[in-house]
Amino acid sequence: MAFTLYSLIQAAILCINAVAVLHEERFLSKIGWGVDQSVGGFGDEPGIKVQLMNLIRSVRTVMRVPLIGVNSVCIVLLLLFG
Amino acid sequence: MDYTAAQSGFRQRKLQHNMRLRNSSVDRPDGSQLFDDTSAAVPGPEGAYRNQQAGPQAAGLPGHSFLSDPMSNLAVAYGSSLASQGREMVDKNLDRFIPISKLKYYFAVDTVYVGKKLGILVFPYMHKNWEVNYQQDIPVAPRFDVNAPDLYIPTMGFITYILVAGLALGTQNRFSPELLGVQASSALVWLIMEVLAVLLSLYLVTVNTDLTTIDLLAFSGYKYVGMIVGIVAGLLFGRPAYYLSLLWCCAAIFVFMIRTLRLKLLSEAAAEGKLIRGTRNQLRMYLTMSIAAAQPIFMYWLTYHLIT
Repeated sequence: MAFTLYSLIQAAILCINAVAVLHEERFLSKIGWGVDQSVGGFGDEPGIKVQLMNLIRSVRTVMRVPLIGVNSVCIVLLLLFG
Repeated sequence: MDYTAAQSGFRQRKLQHNMRLRNSSVDRPDGSQLFDDTSAAVPGPEGAYRNQQAGPQAAGLPGHSFLSDPMSNLAVAYGSSLASQGREMVDKNLDRFIPISKLKYYFAVDTVYVGKKLGILVFPYMHKNWEVNYQQDIPVAPRFDVNAPDLYIPTMGFITYILVAGLALGTQNRFSPELLGVQASSALVWLIMEVLAVLLSLYLVTVNTDLTTIDLLAFSGYKYVGMIVGIVAGLLFGRPAYYLSLLWCCAAIFVFMIRTLRLKLLSEAAAEGKLIRGTRNQLRMYLTMSIAAAQPIFMYWLTYHLIT
């Protein structure tokens, strides 16, 4: 109940890390969530599954590099201040 | 006025008092130009004209040796020009990160609007027309349309909620100043998480809506009004009053959110009440219901620990 903004930031970092480690070939294609399986039909009905897959793919593409920096900072802070 | 920054001392205060008396008939903006007086029609050009007007007046006032000294005059003018330059730079850079002009729209409220909106939040059953009026694709300012979302009530509600929570903790001898900060950050975290969850679900259901993030922030902030009513009733009359008033406010917020979001999220036909089959409309209906149902849950979650 006693949340602070810092715990929110930590939770966000953990969630984004979790999304970023999902491997494309080894895992997502195996369960049918790969990028090649997201080409739906035409029309304006993408559906929730396709939107989720697009979201995972874009998070992985965008956040891969900044996550390196953010994780390092977080590790250093945790080592120093507990 | 610009001279206030450079002044100190008795003589200058007297000078300012004389200037104020002279200018009392003119309507002035209070403080710096950062806060425009949006209730007036055209504040901009009048402000610039007034500054020029005050200059020659101050220089021509007899009997005050401060401003008749040309060196001090020069120093004051230089200082004020530096200050205005610095302010311009800060404004320009700040506008890149926080869209201040967009935020100003949400704070353009007046007392009548706030009163009516608070009434609708607590008793939404008599309100008939829930549509937001538009003026050439731009939503009308909240002052002119009671259905438009604003940020004034959520901000004030949040701050009042923290103060009332401190009061409630104080009556139970559980108060310490750090607890105020803890309450504030907890409530803020829940608010941010709720707005992020709503944004995520809006993205997943691919709703084409003109709801901005700030609109969602405003809608999520309206529940603080109900929470404050519940806590105050609980403080004054005890636990049963808390439950009763919280129940009433939860039902009111539920109806308010459904009626407001229905027009924004659902398609035209479904919003008028016809039952249209199809997974998409059903999904949108579920989304609206769940957003509205999350409000009472949060209201209870954030207040139950404050009432013994």
